[in-house]
Amino acid sequence: MRRIGPLLLLPDPNPSGWWAVCVSLLALVGACTAAGGVFWAYGVSPLVAYRVIAEGTFLDSRALPEVVRRTIPLLLVGTGLVLAFRAQFWNIGAEGQLLSGAVAATGVALFSPLPSGLLVPAMLAAGFVLGALWAALPAFLRLRWGAHEVLTTLLLNYVAAYGVEWLVHGPWKGPSMMGFAYTDLFPEAAWLPVLAGTRVHWPTLTLGIGFAVFGSVLLYRTVLGFEIRMQGENPEAARYAGISPAKTVLAAALLSGGAAGLAGVGEAAGIHHRLLSPGQVSMGYGYAGIVVAWLARGNPLGAIPSALLLGVVFTSGDVMQVALRMPFRVTDVFNGLILLFLVGSTPLLQTRIRWAPVRSKPAPAPGGEGWTPSSRPS
Amino acid sequence: MRFFSPAAVADRPAPPEAGDAPLLVLRDIVKVFPGVVANDRVTLEVRSGEVHALLGENGAGKTTLVNILYGIYPPDGGEILLRGRPVRIPSPRHAIALGIGMVPQHPQLVRRHTVAENVALGLPGLPFFRPLRALEDRIRELADQYGLGVDPRARVADLSAGEQQRVEILRVLLRGARILVLDEPTSALTPQEARALFRVLRRMREEGCAVILITHKLEEVLEASDRVTVLRRGRVVGTLRTREVEARQLARLMVGREVQFGTARTPRPPGEEVLSLEDVWAPGDGGTPALRGVSFQVRSGEVFGLAGVAGNGQRECVEVCVGLRRGTHGRVRIFGQEVTGRGPRMIHEGGVAHVPEDRIRRGVVGGLSVAENLVLRRYRHPPFARGPFLDRRAIEAFARRLIALYAIDSPGPWVPARILSGGNLQRLILARELHGEVRLIVAVHPTSGLDVAAAQQVRRILLERRDAGAGVLLVSEDLEEILELSDRIGVMFRGRVVGVLPVEEADPERLGLWMMGHGA
Repeated sequence: MRRIGPLLLLPDPNPSGWWAVCVSLLALVGACTAAGGVFWAYGVSPLVAYRVIAEGTFLDSRALPEVVRRTIPLLLVGTGLVLAFRAQFWNIGAEGQLLSGAVAATGVALFSPLPSGLLVPAMLAAGFVLGALWAALPAFLRLRWGAHEVLTTLLLNYVAAYGVEWLVHGPWKGPSMMGFAYTDLFPEAAWLPVLAGTRVHWPTLTLGIGFAVFGSVLLYRTVLGFEIRMQGENPEAARYAGISPAKTVLAAALLSGGAAGLAGVGEAAGIHHRLLSPGQVSMGYGYAGIVVAWLARGNPLGAIPSALLLGVVFTSGDVMQVALRMPFRVTDVFNGLILLFLVGSTPLLQTRIRWAPVRSKPAPAPGGEGWTPSSRPS
Repeated sequence: MRFFSPAAVADRPAPPEAGDAPLLVLRDIVKVFPGVVANDRVTLEVRSGEVHALLGENGAGKTTLVNILYGIYPPDGGEILLRGRPVRIPSPRHAIALGIGMVPQHPQLVRRHTVAENVALGLPGLPFFRPLRALEDRIRELADQYGLGVDPRARVADLSAGEQQRVEILRVLLRGARILVLDEPTSALTPQEARALFRVLRRMREEGCAVILITHKLEEVLEASDRVTVLRRGRVVGTLRTREVEARQLARLMVGREVQFGTARTPRPPGEEVLSLEDVWAPGDGGTPALRGVSFQVRSGEVFGLAGVAGNGQRECVEVCVGLRRGTHGRVRIFGQEVTGRGPRMIHEGGVAHVPEDRIRRGVVGGLSVAENLVLRRYRHPPFARGPFLDRRAIEAFARRLIALYAIDSPGPWVPARILSGGNLQRLILARELHGEVRLIVAVHPTSGLDVAAAQQVRRILLERRDAGAGVLLVSEDLEEILELSDRIGVMFRGRVVGVLPVEEADPERLGLWMMGHGA
């Protein structure tokens, strides 16, 4: 219990949902303020910058589809990571899993003899499977030998990225691409359909929203979800209850890797229609997905608004590039700041602030549910 | 002396003051935590040359009060007078400078270092060259003075719990403390070690120190203290001369009503064997063997108490029995069936209840709801699971039934379990574990941290189950609890059961010797 002026700070182990939203918004405001410093150092007034960004993204109806198309991979990756983080499987490798998905889709699109009607479903299935396998390897290493997944998943990102690089420079380099490091264009039957006049590949968008709903049902209404939550909240108690960590960790890893793989299929087959160098396939959605998952505070449905928000951030990168002549990678600074402020706000989340200028009797704790993605209990 | 503790020199009273002038007064101390008044105008007077017991149940406000004295919390009201002068104690550093020392409940020492090295930590004014040499002499001198037999060159890891506690006391004395606070000092000691500690406390009293002894055990108050202040729900209910009171009166003050001592345990012929260990070996967490050939049997309709100083293999033994740890050698049989290699779920579903030692870490999932915690053992079976889905209604109905049956005080079935108090969590665990047909109960420290009423209720539940024919394996460091509940008692020492006795032949003296590895 501490006091700052007339405010009384009380520890609260059971914060309400609306307080979690408040704290998240506060963290976003903090991140935007800090990012203002970056604009200022660049010689751009932060106020002007934010006005330009707002006008170029969510205030502009023509820019909205762009926001949505960036939301798609973020939503898939973010929802998957919510599940992984709930099981305390710290998957930092969504970027690599996304690239694996893109590779799988390319393989099916360019080299399979399937009839055109089956091509897209087969690509999605292959993308899910290869993404899931890319996450299964670190899960296996952790379960079998205790190798920490933060390291293994992170390192596998580089393996995936250089693998893609090798493919587009080597065996899969398109003969019709005049020396560029691209594969050939996919046949049109392997293109994901888009909403007219936009780049919004709606099958993937539908999958993303569906996956968020599925994740929510899974976590709160199924036996497996119960086990995942128990494993994540208290591994020791889960062991006592006879839950096999192999099952929960593997399920969370496969689902998050598979979802990232689907995002990769979406980028390859919905936007680029070919495989190209990894930095162009992904823009770092796999890493930004971590921010999405954190902002969702453990709730798969929460990934929908938080993916939209990060979609705005990514779209603002284009705006900053064009209107303010700043590099696109400023978005990484943005994402980093948001994550930093979100993680930093965790103690605040577990604090109740009361206006108490004079001594008053404390009230009982409020009800409601809240989840904090804090570190593993020691 | 000077270079070790300047504060002590400055503050040292001349000769021990005569009986009546209080050395320390805490007057009208108020401390409010969210939702609870921990100290409500508490007044405590301590004289030099006395052992003053602070008696109360868990949650009565004893620890809060001494934490205020030691500068850990600021009080919300009231004042502290030292030798008649008001003082402010904003931090433990100030408390130490004023001659107030705290001996923590669990020793906080660097295990790999020697006694002298541990004592040197944070001690100001040591000479630059060969600091330990001077210190070692000083430690021997003080140890002689107070009867604290400790070798300054011994490594802490090789010391028993009682010896480690003496190191903590030395550390406090060397910093010049004249007022010593001991928080539940006997909780990890054998009866013999506890008696040795009380002798040390008496020596301190003769040297003119003031000792504040926090406890919830009546016998300790009667044996070791000169005066006793009883706290109940944050208030002082009385300060008495120990010579003039008896246990029953203290118990009534502490609990607030008449207390039934002892639990009616009727003799009962034991039935068939429900648990048997034969020469079981198992590794500890570090890989070295924690169990070195454990053998004992528990029969239905009896309570088998497993006593011992913490860390002699009791925890590992329980984990082997319930399937949480694999033995490397030997046989474990439950209800006559070999269970070596079976997991915790199979063993539980065979009719074994397990009340784990650490409620928070193992017994419940704090972030999940009370209802979900109540089905922790059976959520995969109908009616709670229907195919892959959970039936929330069935779970809620079951939870409401158990909440009512075991009088769990919860705002509802769907609040997170972590907001429940210790006693309620323990009732939750008992409700979950004892539901259904249970023929073997493995209970580890089932009453630790509970208030008298809640502890009594837990003991009654265990005995009811025993009378109904279940076998109970009770692990506890509290010898009195073991003696009160058990039909037979085994003592563990260094990974073996060194002796088993029927309760009629057991006395604390003999068990205490066994606990230290003598005489078995």
